[in-house]
Parts: sequence; C-alpha cells; structure tokens
Amino acid sequence: MKPRIVADLSHLPLHGAGSASLTWWGTLAFMLIEGTGFALGVGVYLYLASLAPEWPLGAAAPDPLWGTLITAALVISVVPNMLVSRWAAAHDLRKVRIGLIVMTVLGIVPLVLRVYEFGALNVSWDSNAYGSIVWVLLGLHTTHLITDVADTVVLLAVMFTRHGDNKRRYGDVQDNALYWNFVTLTWLPVYACLYGLARL
Amino acid sequence: MSEALEQRDLRDTALDEVLLESRLARTWHTPPGWVGFFTTVDHKRIAVRYIVTAFAFLLLGGVLALLMRLQLSRPEAGLIGPDLYNQIFTVHGSTMMFLFAVPVMEAVGVLLVPLMLGTRNIAFPRLNAFSYWIYLAGGLVLWVAFVLDVGPDVGWFAYVPLSGPQYSAGKRADIWAQMITFTEIAALAIAVEIVVTVLKQRAPGMSLDRIPLFVWAMFVTSFVVILAMPAVVVASTALILDRLVGTHFFNPAEGGDALLWQHLFWFFGHPEVYIIFLPAVGMISSILPTFVRRPIFGYLPLVLALIGTGILAFGLWVHHMFTTGLPRVGESFFTASSMAIAVPSGVQIFCWLATIWLGRPVWRVPFLYILAFFFTFVLGGLTGVMVASVPLDTQVHDTYFVVAHFHYVLVGGAVFPLLAAVTYWFSKMTGRMMSERLGRWSVALLFIGFNFTFFPMHILGLQGMPRRIYTYQADLPWGGMNLFVSLCSLALAAGFLLFVWNALRSARAGEAAGDNPWGAATLEWATSSPPPPYNFTRIPVVRSANPLWDDGGALPVASGLSVNRRELLITTTAEARPEARETSPRDSAWPFWAAIATTIMLVCSIFTPWAVVWGSIPVAVTLVGWFWPRGTPEDDS
Repeated sequence: MKPRIVADLSHLPLHGAGSASLTWWGTLAFMLIEGTGFALGVGVYLYLASLAPEWPLGAAAPDPLWGTLITAALVISVVPNMLVSRWAAAHDLRKVRIGLIVMTVLGIVPLVLRVYEFGALNVSWDSNAYGSIVWVLLGLHTTHLITDVADTVVLLAVMFTRHGDNKRRYGDVQDNALYWNFVTLTWLPVYACLYGLARL
Repeated sequence: MSEALEQRDLRDTALDEVLLESRLARTWHTPPGWVGFFTTVDHKRIAVRYIVTAFAFLLLGGVLALLMRLQLSRPEAGLIGPDLYNQIFTVHGSTMMFLFAVPVMEAVGVLLVPLMLGTRNIAFPRLNAFSYWIYLAGGLVLWVAFVLDVGPDVGWFAYVPLSGPQYSAGKRADIWAQMITFTEIAALAIAVEIVVTVLKQRAPGMSLDRIPLFVWAMFVTSFVVILAMPAVVVASTALILDRLVGTHFFNPAEGGDALLWQHLFWFFGHPEVYIIFLPAVGMISSILPTFVRRPIFGYLPLVLALIGTGILAFGLWVHHMFTTGLPRVGESFFTASSMAIAVPSGVQIFCWLATIWLGRPVWRVPFLYILAFFFTFVLGGLTGVMVASVPLDTQVHDTYFVVAHFHYVLVGGAVFPLLAAVTYWFSKMTGRMMSERLGRWSVALLFIGFNFTFFPMHILGLQGMPRRIYTYQADLPWGGMNLFVSLCSLALAAGFLLFVWNALRSARAGEAAGDNPWGAATLEWATSSPPPPYNFTRIPVVRSANPLWDDGGALPVASGLSVNRRELLITTTAEARPEARETSPRDSAWPFWAAIATTIMLVCSIFTPWAVVWGSIPVAVTLVGWFWPRGTPEDDS
C-alpha cells in the first residue's frame, strides 16, 4: 500500500524510563512468574500441614534467630536500595557506584546468615515431607538471593566502565532495585510460614 | 552524502523510499549462512524455525500414534510389547502436548503478533532466540532417550507413585520431568515477550479496542502460561528431588501425599488446554472476517470471552480428579465451573455464526478448516459437558471415551484452526501461496479421517475399553471397532502427509503472493510477503480495528525513526500514544551458548544434584556475555 505520512516521531526521547521501558515490564513479568512459584511453594507447605497429624512433622520448629536476623537485614536493606534507585533516576553516577557497593555487601550478609539458618532448621530435607518443603522453600529463596547478588555485582562492574554513564544503565539499576524489593517481599510470607505457622 | 548516511542518528525523514529501504535492510538484516543461523534475533526467522520443528515433532508423534493403532488393530497382536507400548503412548502424549501443540501456538504468536501490531521485532528478541534453542534441546532429550530405550513410560501426566522412586527405577521418569523444565522455560520466555510486546509496542492509535483478536488471544494465553506453568515446574522439580535426593513430597509414609502431584499437575494441566485452545480461537476470529468479507460480529463479547475463559481455566483442574475420592462439595463446585466455561465458548461460537450469517462466504481452504473446526469442536465440547458430571465421569474415567473427548477438543479445537492459520499466513512465511487443490484434499481427508478414527472411540469407551492397554483378548467385543479405527487412522495420516507435502512444495514452487493475497484487513498484510527484516518501512498509524479496509488506498504512517540503528516505537499501554523511541538488540550468538550451558546443567542434574552448582557457572558466564554492553548504536540513549 502507498504510505501517507501523518505523524512525526522525531521529537520522542530515545529510551524511556519506568513504565516506558521494556525491561521494566519484563522485570514485572518475571516477578509474576516467580511470585506464582513462591505462592505455590507456600501452598504446598499449607497443603502438607493440613494433612499432617502434627506440624512440624517429627521435628522441633526451626530456631528463629538466624531467620529473624535475615528478615531484619532484608528489611533494612530496602532503605539503601530505594536510595540507589533514586540516585539512578537522577543519573548520579558517583552515588550509584557507592550505592551498588553497599547493596552488594547487603546482599552477601543474608547469604552468610542463610548458611546458619539452614543449620538451625532442626530437620533435614530427607527426614520427612515437612523437611522437604522447608528446605525447598528456603532453597528457592536462596536461589533468588544469589541471582540478585550476582546481578548486582555485574551491574557494579559495568558502572565502573565507560558504558556506565548511560540512561539504559541507570534504568538497569532501577530495575535491579525493583527486583531486590521483590526478593525482600517474597521472603516475608516464607518467613511467616517457616517460623510462624510452625509454632501455632 | 555518504558521510551523512553513516551518521549515528540518521532519520528516515532524510531519505527517499529506495534509499530508506536499503539502509533499513542493512541495519536489520541477518548475515547469511551458519553465522546468521546461530545468531539471528529476527522474530520471523525464529518463528518459522519453531513452526517447522513443531511440525516435525507432530509427524514423529503421529508415527507413534500409527504404531499404537497397528498394535491395537486386532486382539493379542504381538507386534509391540507392554514396555515399549508404555514408552510409545507416553512419548506420543508428551510430544503432542509439550513439543507440538503449545510451542506451535506460541510460535505463530511470535510470527504474527509483531506484524499485526505494526512493530519491527518482538520485545526481548534474544530471549526469543534462547527460547527456541531450549525448546529444541528439550525435544531432543526426550527423543534421544526414547530411541535409546530409556524413554519415559509413566504417561504424559506421570502420576506418582508410579513415577516415583519406588516404582520407576532408572532415569526414564527423570527424562520426562526434565523435558518439562526445558519446554516450560521456552514457553515462559515467549509469554513474557508477547505480554510486553502487546503492552508497549503497538502501532500508534491501536487502542485496546483496535487490537486484532488473535493478538488479544495470545495476550490472554501468555498470562495463562505465566500463572499456570510454574505449577508444573514446581511439581516436576519436586518429583526429581524425590527421586534424586530423597525428599518425601509424594511419599505418604513420610507425610507426603500422592494427590499433591495431581493437584499441582492439573492446576497447570487444565489451563494447558486453554493455552492451546485460546490461540486457536484467536486465529479463527482473525481469519473468519477475510472469508466472509465483513468485520467480525461482537468484538467486545469475543474479547471478554477470551479473558473469561482465561480466568475460568484456573477453576477446573479438579475435574480431572473426580475419581480420587475428594469431598462431594468440592466436586460439585468443579462440576459447576466446568459447565460454566461452556458459556464463553458458546458466546464465541455464536459470534462466529453471526459473522458468517451476515457475510458473504468465500469457500477457500482456510474457511473450510474453520467449518471442520465447528463440527468437530462442538462435538468435543458436548462430551466435555458430559464428563463434567461426576457420575458419568466415574463411569468413563480412563476409558477410550476420554481419549475420544480430548482428541476432539484438541485436534478439532486447535489443530484444524492451526492448519487454517498456516494456509492463511503461509505467504508471510514464504512469499508464496499453498495449493488450493491439494488443500481441499487435505481438508477432506483430515475431516473424514479424524471423525471416523475418533468417533468410534466414544463407543469403545462406553463398552469399557480402558486407555493405555497394549493389547486385549479376542473374546472382548472390541476387535471389529478397533480394526475400523486403525484403518481410518491411515486416512487421517494421509491428510497430514498431504498437508506437509503441499507446504513443502508450495514453499519452493507455489504461486507468488502479493502483499495482501486474501484482501484482509489487519496490519500484517500492509507489508510485503515475506516481510523485510524490519517488517515496516515506516511504523503504521492505526485509526480503526480493520485498518486496511477502512483507510482506503493509502496507509497512514509515522516518520522520524533512526535508520542506522535498530529502532522501534514504544507506545502507552491503553491508548497506544507514542511514548519513546527504543532500540532493539542486534544479532548475538550468546543466547545459543546460554542455551547450551543451560542444557548441560539440566541434563547433568538428572544424575547428580551437584550439576546445579557447577553447571550454573557457565550459565552465569554466558548470561554476562549476553547482557554486557558493547557500545553499539543500539546502546545509545
């Protein structure tokens, strides 16, 4: 068909932020997939608990110390995380670099604590179905922690190269911050299950 | 002039038509040969590759079906032993569901959604390339295992305890479970791409009420994929863990539960039916207007029916479990919801009938497939309402009645529309038309062959013939009907072969198609056949739901995009107002390497859990290679 020009797009910005960016929507979609995975994991926990004559099954409830410390560490990390996101929105390269270093450390802290948390579960994955779902829920969340920390480290490295000072990179930092909030948010129902429900 | 041409931000407004097309072709083209084969991110090339692979799996699955029919054609035939027969029906079902039906529907979406929306590539095109390689690897895992006599033998839904560590020694069930992981990763990747493409890459002016119905269908399907597939990933992971590291999810002796498997599997498995069916109804809604020469009747109810079906799809799973002894109240709820889903299906059927009634039918091959769909799918829908009732389901559960029902729904409801779609959009893949004469023969053979093959299975089921038996005794009254079914299946197979022959022959020597050979209304027909690598020289501007019918002779377009980097248009989610120019990634071999690394990790993790630890390192390396910025014009902002 013969084209007839009726609109001019040349004034549009190259690359939009937030909801004008494809990766922002992609991040949301992946959060929906993984959030469904967490919801199903919690569903399996509740299903098995509803069938069991006692819960936790043949084990003491997990010691709450390490899990609570992780919860505190994650909740506290949301503050610098939001700041990094804000600095990225303002294209402040220096502060973003510092912020990503801080977030890398704050990502490693819960991973170290997690090692002790596994040790304090009072049950092994192959003891019974209760142990299995507890280990899988904790393992699923640990995978998310590792993935996001690795992501943050790579992003940190990029921000120290000539590619760092770029609207796209600042967008990546914001998306990464969004994802960290998701990792924190998904932990809360898992924490409530593992430590709260096991004590009811 | 040549210096000006190399400017990083050269716009299309500075060039005449011929120069513009050659510059765009240079920017968007895929290199020829092997390099291009492994690095392309062009949605059309990947989609065609996906469709061809899926049809290859259809033929392989079809060969297995014929082997089963050969074995069952007479009582106590000694051709295939019970062990091989178990593998054959498992690999047949798994191939058809996971390697053919779902991937082929998503692949048609990958091909058409960007074209129908008037954009230049799908969102996340490298993820799209990755998806194909992962899908191919998953298919190879299943089929290599089958050829080596370690194919899964636990049925396509792999119920525990049969598939658990106690009753399935060896690695057969693990092959099945890991094939699930491959195909679900591939499907989820495409779902994300399609959701984001539909939300953000629509042509300016394509508000929600102007989106083609096939795109609506793919959009809803993608959400169903996103919300349903994690369930089967959770299930198959739990199964692998039970088998590999001794967890007890499905072991009742240690607090696990066998029915947990069925809940998780069918929470995915029933929506899976709609993941296959919704794209098919989208195809019909998009094809039908062309062949009755009028816009679709009831656009809004059709969209609402798609969304309604997508939501109700999650409320039906327990009807697969009516014979497991669940509480009565629960069963009643799921009976009601199973019958309720007939309402949106009925709405669609009546909208299509009204469209035909008010139009002037043109009896070409795609339209004939749609008529075959009506007859076959309505019969499948009726038996669906029958098995939604608990007493009847209890009687026919696990019999050939159910086999007949779901083949009527899946072949009638999805394969006939798919064949209509391939015939209809063939020119957008190859630039040529399929033969009308051979097409008519295919429709006739498939329609007659299908109904004569599968209708008698209803009766066999009512006569008590169970599914998944490798043979039956001569004194049972099933012999004659089984022979009839087996003979008719040859006609069905001939129909498929003729279709494939027609496609292969037409791809090489078919009649050349113009841009819009059917005189259709949507944007994929506003560009050449096959479309150039950049799809549209300028992004179309949309002013109605049927742009090519309502805009007269000239196509309204927008100008102002860059030509020396891959650039497309981002629009707002509801009204599709232009929001930003955005770049689209270049070709890359990293998705291929990432898929290889992922495949090694997944296959090795069948044998040792440590493969997940060590295997994740190459995966991480390839992902860093994939995302590391390289200072190309596409990275400018």
